[in-house]
Amino acid sequence: MSWLRNLVDGLRSLIRKERVCQELNEELDGFLEMAVEEKMKEGMSRQEAGRAVRLERGSLEVAKELVGSAGWESFVETMWQDLRFGLRMFCKNPGFTVVALLTLALGIGANTAIFTVINGVLLNPLPYPHPEQMVSLAETLPPFPQFAISYPNFRDWARMNHTFQAIAAYRQNNFNLTGSGEAQRLKATQVSAAFFPLLGVEPVIGRSFSPEEDKPEGEPVVMLSEGLWRSRFGGAPEILEKALILDGTGYRVIGVVPKDFYFCCESTNFRLGDVYLPVGAWNVPWMHDRGAHPGLFAVGRLKTGVSLEQARAEMNAIAQNLATAYPDSDKNAGIVLAPLKEQMVGNVRPVLLMLLAAVGFVFVICCVNVANLLLARSTARAREFALRAALGASRGRTIRQLLAESAVMAVVGGALGLLLAMWGTRAGLAALPQALPRANDLRLDPHVLLFTLTVSVLASLLFGLAPALQASRVDLNEMLKEGERGTGAGGHGMQSAFVAAEMALTVVLLIGAGLMIRSLTRLWAVNPGFDSQNVLTFTVALPASAEKETPNQVRTTVDQLTEAIAAVPGVNAVAITDGAFPMNGDSEVGFWIEGRPKPSTQREMPNAVNYIVGPDYLKVMSIPLRHGRFLTMQDNLHSPFVAVIDEYFAAQYFPNQNPIGEHLNLAGFNPPLEIVGVVGHVNQRGLDDNENSPATVQIYTPVAQIPDEYISLLAKAEGFVVRTQAPNYPTTTAIRHAIEANSQQVAYDFEPMEGLIADSVANRRFTMILMSVFAGLAMVLASIGIYGVTSYVVGRQTHEIGIRLALGAERRDVLRMVLGKGAKLAFVGVTLGLCAAFGLTRLMASLLFSVTAHDPLTFVVVAILLMAVALAACYMPARRAMRVDPMMSLRYE
Amino acid sequence: MPKESSDLVQGTLDMLILKTLALESMHGYGITVRLEQMSKGTFRINAGSLFVALQRLQRAGLIRSEWKPTEKSRRAKYYSLTQQGRKRLDVKTREWGRQVTAITRILEAS
Repeated sequence: MSWLRNLVDGLRSLIRKERVCQELNEELDGFLEMAVEEKMKEGMSRQEAGRAVRLERGSLEVAKELVGSAGWESFVETMWQDLRFGLRMFCKNPGFTVVALLTLALGIGANTAIFTVINGVLLNPLPYPHPEQMVSLAETLPPFPQFAISYPNFRDWARMNHTFQAIAAYRQNNFNLTGSGEAQRLKATQVSAAFFPLLGVEPVIGRSFSPEEDKPEGEPVVMLSEGLWRSRFGGAPEILEKALILDGTGYRVIGVVPKDFYFCCESTNFRLGDVYLPVGAWNVPWMHDRGAHPGLFAVGRLKTGVSLEQARAEMNAIAQNLATAYPDSDKNAGIVLAPLKEQMVGNVRPVLLMLLAAVGFVFVICCVNVANLLLARSTARAREFALRAALGASRGRTIRQLLAESAVMAVVGGALGLLLAMWGTRAGLAALPQALPRANDLRLDPHVLLFTLTVSVLASLLFGLAPALQASRVDLNEMLKEGERGTGAGGHGMQSAFVAAEMALTVVLLIGAGLMIRSLTRLWAVNPGFDSQNVLTFTVALPASAEKETPNQVRTTVDQLTEAIAAVPGVNAVAITDGAFPMNGDSEVGFWIEGRPKPSTQREMPNAVNYIVGPDYLKVMSIPLRHGRFLTMQDNLHSPFVAVIDEYFAAQYFPNQNPIGEHLNLAGFNPPLEIVGVVGHVNQRGLDDNENSPATVQIYTPVAQIPDEYISLLAKAEGFVVRTQAPNYPTTTAIRHAIEANSQQVAYDFEPMEGLIADSVANRRFTMILMSVFAGLAMVLASIGIYGVTSYVVGRQTHEIGIRLALGAERRDVLRMVLGKGAKLAFVGVTLGLCAAFGLTRLMASLLFSVTAHDPLTFVVVAILLMAVALAACYMPARRAMRVDPMMSLRYE
Repeated sequence: MPKESSDLVQGTLDMLILKTLALESMHGYGITVRLEQMSKGTFRINAGSLFVALQRLQRAGLIRSEWKPTEKSRRAKYYSLTQQGRKRLDVKTREWGRQVTAITRILEAS
């Protein structure tokens, strides 16, 4: 209990300081009085007695001080004094304070912003109960490490496994919503009945799907997203039991999915939908075909205590069983399992870690700058410290006071930084919405606040300690004697070292940014095989009634639509596209060449990217024709079946042979197609297509030769691509009006081809922009740093320069002297930086494109750039030095 | 120079103060006088050391204080032992005795 008394007593001394002080005074006065009286009894005069007591007992004033400073509360009190003193010092020096605070706020803010992102994306658990049990599943099918699952296979996995509590499949689809109000194109997500319970998602109202509804014969039911429910149906609970007309069929609404439901991102192939439907109820032929892979992926929840390895082993066994049972479709097929989190954030991890490193560098540079400011100031305050020391302040006491000042600064800077970070993350994410998965999980939570606090405290130590140590090591005599001019070199050595260090860090950042910029320019310069300029893509949804039309009616509708679009003024060419589309959709088909042995199973067939297009496609995309001819209007159901291949195909399968006139067989398609032409290769998956994956071969087949059994696909929605005269001529509105005037079709998803290309490099662009921002920031800070040190040195040397000039030195020499010092500093920093960069940039190799991590051009340009900037920063103080008036500077003495 | 408390063995001042207060409650000056009397003038107590020690003992709950009139009808702060202080004194005294015996034995061994 004694600590409690200690606390209470201490608090009492703090709070009722006057009273406690008075009591002590009275007690000590009494003590003195009694001692004096005792002495006087021995015959001394009062004065003599007083002196004798002081000699014997020591000074009572000192005793008072001792008692006052013995308890813990005195520590608090001096701290409080130091803090107040610090604040006063800052207020007296607003220029210095503002610069230092802004620098700190920038450093801490940038760090907090990046940490917010890392915290949200990488560190936070997924927003589901027991996220560590969540596993994503896909098929593997050589050469594809991750492939869509065939639905019959999925059903078998779900039925045969013992390691999962449940597994659920999902895929994306689109529907036209009609009936109530304006027709609307909806993003739909088809999921297994197990999907929502597995993720622990509770519907806002209603319920999720039952296993019976997740079957072909189940009742058609739908769940709405909360967003759609509120925007279109005003959030009325009466929506339950009502029906939505999707593509002409009525679906009963059974529940609403909450808006904070999250399960997303490219690599899991999931998309948040406007509506959700049971995937098992989707009654189309390829859902029952084990050889078909209709864009299906799965997520599972492991049973408690089951490890991922156990699940992998079991799923491997299941895959082998299936391969034995269904060799035609499942031979070589496997099942790939990955922790869901890894799947969701895996590809951004290196980016974020690199950004964290970069922003850490910026932080160190900020601290170094503030430390330099403080150093310069503490040299200016040297007399103050000397005076303190002379009056009996210990070294520790001085350090404590200076650290308290830094702490004040760091805390204020940290608070500003936090504001900056909150604003910055929001603005950054708004500007780059698709670059990050889980972006909506980002928020300020205790982790982030703790991080900022730690960073601020760290900062105050980092930038406060050096100046404090420096200032406390004063030589009293020298200092008081020398007066205002202070010592010559003093803190200047440490400051120079700091500046060289920040130059080095800046070099590393600049080189990192430079390499990203170079990669991106290289990437932009890549010829994707087509001309994206003035190319517009969009999708048209046919009315639901079209599905009931005969195949020939559908073909006529499509032709009419094409004509209507072609007739819009400003449209140079138009083509319908189906199957694959560059940068925006994959579709592959197994094939073998007529006259060569047919692979025994579909699995062993090579695959080709399959573009199913209209005759003007080549013209729209500006893909060069190499040999033969492209598809024409005459290629239809009444003429021989034809295909056009790309040059890679020709080189790989027909080396030293003319492919034209040869025939191709496509899996699931009869009869063989005659090759009538060869065209240029296009980058299918992105600008960096061939960099990381083997080039795929490509086949073009005419839309007009799609057989009757597949034409219903076209009847739902079809992609169009048009070449326009100018970027915004005709406008998307003009095209939409032309289409809607034709019939009740809806055109949507307008996207310039250039936009699709830009999206394919979004990740790299995000990194590049942030790296450039950080590098730019670092460069500005480093220039301020070198400017500050040079100005400071010039200021201290005014006298010396004056003497030199008086003794006949040329002004040019003075300029050269000052610049030379700056250049030496910069050179040391740049050299160190180049060495560090040489070691560090290899860590970002995976983010680069056709640039080595040691790209000489980047290294040289950065070195020159930074030297130039540093010299420019030194030039201003150097000019000031040159203009020193010898008379003035000597008289100033 | 008169002898000061710095000549006391480290940490013994607290024990001596407790001992002084064991008989009766006393004010600060009384404590110094009593200590000097009992030590026959060997120890001179500095006011600073005394009052710091008193504050420390009080915060540790070993003594308590109260303002009372002196015999010369002046107001003074009187310190007295608490229950805890009395126990501590016992412990310290025994410990001290053991240490002194041990040290003496070492010094007398030839």
